[in-house]
Amino acid sequence: MGVAWPALALSLKVALWASAIDLLLGIGLGLLLARRRFPGRELLDAILTLPMVLPPTVLGYYLLVLLGRRGWLGAWLLEHFDVSLIFTWQGAVVAASVVSLPLVLRSARAAFEDVNPQLEAAARVLGLGEWSVFLRVTLPLAWRGVLAGLLLAFARALGEFGATLMVAGSVPGKTQTLSIAVYEAVQSGQDDLAWRMVAIISVTCIGILVAARRLALAGAR
Amino acid sequence: MNFDVRITKTLNAPGRRFELDVSFSASARWCVIHGPSGAGKSLLLQAIAGLVQPERGRILLGERVLFDAAAGIVVPTRDRRLGYLFQDYALFPHLNVRQNIAFGLRRGALNPKRGDDSPAVQRWLAAFELEAVAGQRPHQLSGGQRQRVALARALVNDPAALLLDEPFAALDPELRSRMRDELQSLLERVGVPMLLITHDAEDVARFGQMHLRVEDGRIVP
Repeated sequence: MGVAWPALALSLKVALWASAIDLLLGIGLGLLLARRRFPGRELLDAILTLPMVLPPTVLGYYLLVLLGRRGWLGAWLLEHFDVSLIFTWQGAVVAASVVSLPLVLRSARAAFEDVNPQLEAAARVLGLGEWSVFLRVTLPLAWRGVLAGLLLAFARALGEFGATLMVAGSVPGKTQTLSIAVYEAVQSGQDDLAWRMVAIISVTCIGILVAARRLALAGAR
Repeated sequence: MNFDVRITKTLNAPGRRFELDVSFSASARWCVIHGPSGAGKSLLLQAIAGLVQPERGRILLGERVLFDAAAGIVVPTRDRRLGYLFQDYALFPHLNVRQNIAFGLRRGALNPKRGDDSPAVQRWLAAFELEAVAGQRPHQLSGGQRQRVALARALVNDPAALLLDEPFAALDPELRSRMRDELQSLLERVGVPMLLITHDAEDVARFGQMHLRVEDGRIVP
């Protein structure tokens, strides 16, 4: 049992950080895709959705190429900040946020597209600047959709396995998340441990899905 | 009060090109612009409010320059101090009646509180007999109440003029004539100058101290 709780704590930490990053990126990119017309808009949407359909190992490989010591982002981080993300929990955060971003992005885009532009025009006529319009009209009308997507992204980040394993590895207490710990437990024949961890993560994910569905239904009303 | 408008605005959609090219001076306190749908009336009103930007020309409200293409002056919508009554009222669905009316009184990032009791809000609630529904959301209101809320929201900032976009177009005939009576008496009480656009000849007869006819983007005599 000694492995289960640190692994759950790490999974939650990684999923929370990944969700926070996805929230900011999802709102920013969702708004961009919903409201601006620019060349390559649908291509950008497709590229950002790709992590949802690509095999996690392929995605993990891309991230290794990008973030590794010789990858162009990894080399730059190492040179300027003396930071390497590979085999760290921060690396797991990057993997989890890339994998789960499409879930926030898609529902944020749809939610922003549903906001009637006339309401924003009304707010401008009433004397509001663009930031105030966003914070007082656009976001309050879209937040249920954004939040529903965010919960799904959190659940997805919590269960992330393939890309995380490739980028962060499986160092117990350091980068071994719950889903990876389950795999290791099964591999080493510790069925009791595996079973307990499976139960923990299943219950957590069911709770999240129920909450997401409630939010989505309330938003549709 | 006097609107002095001389603008050109071109809209390009695939397979369709529309040009609004109008020049007029509205000297009466109430002025009606009348024309069939698709004549460019709404576009004209949006240009005056600053919601769309014409290519050429200028817009004066009394002595104030709102737009002057040659001089490079474009006063942002939020600084034009105009009241705008949208065709379907564009009330904020996430805010109650009180918050809708108080909306333009605050400029920051936060919406008015549910129990906002600014003197201006109280005054308009009383003037338009909306106290009983002050805590309700727009979807709970009758058509007449919605119109009064929209009007109170537009008037709370003491606008220099009121722009009305087809205020009765969406209503059935019986309600339309009742709302017309109501709007007329409200406008007579508040005394604010207004520019109303409509395709309905009855509105011209009722509100047109001065009226202009627009067809296919041009003023016709």
